[in-house]
Amino acid sequence: MTDLATPVDGGSAADDHNQHQDSHDDHAPTSLGLSNSKLAMWLFLGSECLLFGALISTYLLSKARFIAELTAGNPNVIEGLMPAEEVEALGDGVRGSFETLPEIFNEMAMEGSVEPIFDIPFTSFSSFVLLMSSLCMVLAHKATEERDYKNQRVWLATTALLGSVFIGGQIYEFTAFYREGLTFGGSLFGSAFFTLTGFHGVHVTGGILMLVSLLVLSFRGKLKSDRSETVELVGLYWHFVDIIWVLIFTIVYLIP
Amino acid sequence: MAIIENEPLALPSGDVPGVENPLGVFKRPREYSGLKNWLTTVDHKKIGIMYGAAAMFFLLIGGAAALLIRIQLATPNSSFLSADAYNQIFTMHGTVMVFLVVMPIGAAFANYLLPLQVGARDVAFPRINAFSFWVFLFGGLLLNTSWFLGGGANGGWFNYAPNNGVVFSPSTGIDFWNVGLLIAGMGSLAGSVNLITTVLNLRAPGMTLMRMPIFVWMTLVTQFLLLFAVPVLTVAQILLIMDRNFGASFFAVDLGADPLLWQHLFWIFGHPEVYLMILPAFGIVSEVIPTFSRKPIFGYPFMVFSGIAIGFMGWGVWAHHMFVSGLGPLSVAAFSFATMFIAVPTGVKVLNWLATMWGAKITLNTAMLFAIGLVTQFTVGGLSGVSHAIAPWDTQQTDTYYIVAHFHYVLFGGALFGFMSGMYFWWPKAFGYKLDEGHGKFNFWAMVIGFNLTFGPQHILGLQGMPRRMHTYDDAMGFNLWNLVSTFGAFILAVGTLWVLVNALISYKGWSKAGRPDVGPDPWDARTIEWSIQSPAPEHNFDYTPTITSLDDFWHRKYAEVEDGKLRRVATGEEIAQPGNGEGVHLPAPSYWPLVLSLAMPVLGYAIIFTLWLAIPGMLLLFAGLYGWALEPADDLDIDDHHGPSHDELAGANA
Repeated sequence: MTDLATPVDGGSAADDHNQHQDSHDDHAPTSLGLSNSKLAMWLFLGSECLLFGALISTYLLSKARFIAELTAGNPNVIEGLMPAEEVEALGDGVRGSFETLPEIFNEMAMEGSVEPIFDIPFTSFSSFVLLMSSLCMVLAHKATEERDYKNQRVWLATTALLGSVFIGGQIYEFTAFYREGLTFGGSLFGSAFFTLTGFHGVHVTGGILMLVSLLVLSFRGKLKSDRSETVELVGLYWHFVDIIWVLIFTIVYLIP
Repeated sequence: MAIIENEPLALPSGDVPGVENPLGVFKRPREYSGLKNWLTTVDHKKIGIMYGAAAMFFLLIGGAAALLIRIQLATPNSSFLSADAYNQIFTMHGTVMVFLVVMPIGAAFANYLLPLQVGARDVAFPRINAFSFWVFLFGGLLLNTSWFLGGGANGGWFNYAPNNGVVFSPSTGIDFWNVGLLIAGMGSLAGSVNLITTVLNLRAPGMTLMRMPIFVWMTLVTQFLLLFAVPVLTVAQILLIMDRNFGASFFAVDLGADPLLWQHLFWIFGHPEVYLMILPAFGIVSEVIPTFSRKPIFGYPFMVFSGIAIGFMGWGVWAHHMFVSGLGPLSVAAFSFATMFIAVPTGVKVLNWLATMWGAKITLNTAMLFAIGLVTQFTVGGLSGVSHAIAPWDTQQTDTYYIVAHFHYVLFGGALFGFMSGMYFWWPKAFGYKLDEGHGKFNFWAMVIGFNLTFGPQHILGLQGMPRRMHTYDDAMGFNLWNLVSTFGAFILAVGTLWVLVNALISYKGWSKAGRPDVGPDPWDARTIEWSIQSPAPEHNFDYTPTITSLDDFWHRKYAEVEDGKLRRVATGEEIAQPGNGEGVHLPAPSYWPLVLSLAMPVLGYAIIFTLWLAIPGMLLLFAGLYGWALEPADDLDIDDHHGPSHDELAGANA
C-alpha cells in the first residue's frame, strides 16, 4: 500500500488515520517493517562497534606494553615521560632512571599499573552525568511522542547540557593529566589513552551538535510528533555513545 | 530523509510536485540531463555508471603503473626505474587497483543492479548514495595527486609498521595514502549502510530473501563485510595519522610499541577485503552462467549459504598473512586450519557453476566466456591459495612472486574477469546496445592469453625464490626468461583489457550508424526482473512494482510446464516487459549537497598533510554541506501528502 499518510501534523493525525486505516506507522512500508532510517542507524552503530573495538584493543595492548617496558626500566620509555629540558639536563651518556621520573610515573612504575594518574571519584561523577543524560534523552523522545513540546525542549536542552558537562570534565581531566606530565606522544599509554577517550569525546560532541540542531528545529516549530523518529534516531546514537563510555570507563579506569 | 516509494505515485499533471519547503530555504536542482545533472544526480543508475567510469579511469593509472613495473623487470639489472620510483609505483599500483578499481567496479554493479534486481525505485538513501560516490572519487583523486606533490606512497599496499613511520618514510606519500583511503573509506561505509538497507527493506512484494538473485545475495554479504571491515582499517589509519602528523607513538618501537599491531589491524580489515572484492564477481557469474546455460543455477541455497559462510569465515583467517611474523605455533595452526576450511564453501561455488553448465546447451558468447574464465582462473588462484594455508610451504613462498601470481589469479583472473563478464552481460540494459561479439571475443582471448602469460610464469619465478618488491635482479639468478615472458604477456594483457573500451566505442558507432535500433528489454532471454523493463533502464526503473512469485520470476513468466510436463515458452520477454511509461512517477529530486559535503573531505585531507590552516575552509565547507543537506526540502511525497492525490485516485491510477 502506498503510504501517503506518513508524517502528519499533530492536529490532523486523527483525520488522516481514518482516511488511510492501513498506514498508521510513521514511515513508508518496508520489507522488514522497520523504517529505513532506523535500520541504517543500527547498521551504522554496528560499524561503530568495530571502530571502538579496535581502539579499545589498541589501548589494552599499548598499556600492557607501556607498563612492561616502564617496570623493566627501559630508558627510552622513562625519558619519554620526562620533560624535554630535564632529559637534556641529564648530561652526556646518562640515561633516565626511576629516580629521574616525575612523581606520578614513578608511582606507576612502582605499582606496575597506570592507576595512580586517574581520579576515579571525579571520572565516576562525570560518567554518572553522562548516564543521566541518556535518561533525559528518553524523556525528550517521550515528550515528543506525547506532543508535549515544552518538555521536549526542556529535556533536549538538559541532555545537551549534561553532555557538555561531561565534555567539560574531559577537558579538565586532559589538562590535569598533561600538567602532571602525561603528553600525547611521550608514551604509548599517553597516545592510546588520549586517542581512545578523545575519540569518544568527539562522538559526544557530535551528539551535542545534533541535540542543539534538534532544539533549534523545535523552537522553529519543525519538530512535531510526526518527526519523533528523528528524535529517536539521535537518541539511539546518544545511548550508543553512553554505552561505549560504560565500556571505556570500566576498561580504562576501573580494571587495574 | 529520502524515502522511496514502493509503488508509483501518480500525479494528475505528471509533473514533479510543487513541494512545500518544510525545513529550509534552499531549492533543489531540477535538471534531469546535462553536466549539471551528472553532478547533482541521485539516480542509482547514473551513480553506478559514474562508479564504473571512475574505476576505468583509475584502471588506466594502475595499469600504466603495472606496465612500468614489467618494463623494469623485463631484463636483469635494469636501470629503467630507480629503486625509489619503483617503490612508489608498485605501492600505488596495488593501492589503486584494490581500492580504486576492483572495489568501485563492484560498487558500480551493486549500485546499478541492486534496486533493479529487488524491484525498487532507487536505493534507500539516494543522496547518501551520491555522497558515497563523490567521496570515493575525491579520495581517489587526492591519493593520486601525490604523484605531483612530493611522490607517491612507497610502503607497499599494506604499508607495514614501523616502515610506514616518518623515520623510514619521510616523504608525504604515506600521508596521501592514509588520508586518501580514509576519505574513500567513508564512501564505502556510507554505501554499505545504504545498500544493506535497500536489500533488506525495499524488496518488491513477494521478493523473499530466498527468491533474491544470487548477485543480490553476494552483494549483501559484501556490504556487510565492508560495514564491519572498513572501521578497522580506519582505526589503523587514524593511529598512523596520529603518529605521523600529530606526534603520537603507537608504532614507536623504541618506546616499546608492538609493530605487529598494524599487521593485525590491517589484515583484520584486509582479509574480509579480499572476499569483498571477489564476491560481487561470484554474484555476476552466478547470473551469467545460468542464463547462457539455459538452466537454473544448480543448488541455489548452497550458493547463498556458501556465500554467507565465506562472509563469516573471512573474519577468522587474517593471520595467514602473518605466518612468518612469529605468531607462535598455536596461532599458526589455528589460522592454517581455518584457511583450509574456507576453501570448502568456495569449492562449493565452483562445483555448482560446473554443475549448472553440465549437460547444458551453452551459448558461448563473450559474457559466458569471461564467466568461464573466472571459474577456471579463480580455481587456479584458489588452489595456490590453499597451498599457502600449509604454514611451512607458506614460510617458503611468502613475499615471493608465487604470492604475486596467486593473488593476481584470484583478483585479476577472478574478480576482473567476472566484472568483464558482467559488463558484456548488462551493457545493453545500461546503454541500450550490445557490445560487438567479434571484438568481444578478441577482448576475451587477448586477456586470457595475456593474463596467463603474465602471471603463470610468476609461479615459477616465486618457486625459484624471486622476492616480490625488489626493483631488479641479477643476471645470474636464472630469472631472466620467465620475467621476459611475463613482461611480454603484460602488454598483450594491456591491449586485451583496453579493448573493452575500444569495443564500447566501435559498438556505439555501429549502433548509431544503424539508426539506434531498440535492443529490446530482454536480449539474452534472461532470468531476473531487471530484464522485464526496457533497455536502457528508464529513469524510474519499474512502471509498477512487480510482484514476485518465485526464484527467477521473469523466467517463469516466460516459460511454463505444459501438459506433457515439458517446459515450453509461453511468452517472450518483449511481450511481458513493462512498457517504460513513467508518467506520474515521482522521483527524488537531484541535490547539490552530496557534492558540497564531499568537497569538504579533500580540503580537510590536505589540511592534515600540509597545514592545519586549511582545516578552517574545510570545516566551513563541511558544516555548509551538512546543514545544507539537512535543511534541503525533502522533496518526498511523504512530506507532501496533503497536496497529493487521494488514495482512491492513486488506486485508480494503478489499476
